[in-house]
Amino acid sequence: MKADEVLDTSGMVCPMPVLKTRKAAEKLEPGKVLKVIATDRGAKSDIPAWAKNSGFELLGMAEEEGRYVFYIRKPEVKE
Amino acid sequence: MKQKKLCIIVSKGTLDSAYPPLILASTAASMGWEAHLFFTFYGLDIVNRKKYRSLKVAPIANPAMPMPVPNIIGMLPGMTAMATAMMKKMMADKKVPTIPELIEVCREMGVKFYGCQMTMDVMGIREEELMVDACIGAAGFLEIAGDADVTLFI
Repeated sequence: MKADEVLDTSGMVCPMPVLKTRKAAEKLEPGKVLKVIATDRGAKSDIPAWAKNSGFELLGMAEEEGRYVFYIRKPEVKE
Repeated sequence: MKQKKLCIIVSKGTLDSAYPPLILASTAASMGWEAHLFFTFYGLDIVNRKKYRSLKVAPIANPAMPMPVPNIIGMLPGMTAMATAMMKKMMADKKVPTIPELIEVCREMGVKFYGCQMTMDVMGIREEELMVDACIGAAGFLEIAGDADVTLFI
């Protein structure tokens, strides 16, 4: 999957992956895709929950080599 | 969609008790929620400018310590400092943010902090000593929390 921006939170634990995602998401332009990498096991549920609550679309997630990868898209028009 | 709202009463001032409200509030704010923390009784230490950097873990009557400390040993001078140092090191090793860091994040994200006016009066604490947006009473908190989606007492 293609991402416009990448955020690597490897090594960080709750709540930092979510807080960093929010910071990166703020800078993202509408419609663009952010790839989030995390090693925190809580991120597996936290990033999708954050996306759902923030109006971001979770395009996909994967687990690879002990890392979680998420692709989230910023909504076109912010409510 | 209505903006969601989190309100927490923070009543304890130990290091371990300071984490849940600050983590939940900063996370809620990151999801676009309104977040309000009402600090009362010992919880005021968490926003006390002189004390928030040196919150402690109590080894006494705390059977959940990573290395359980018998109460009779926990009573000895220096044991609280030791337990606190151990806990802080464990947290730092796992890269858990510190309390001052979490407070800073909360403030950046617009989490509202309130001091309990009654506790402040009883303990002789002035507003200037605290990092709060306002000092309010029970009715003030209830007014804020009345339409909250999540309310917790910690």
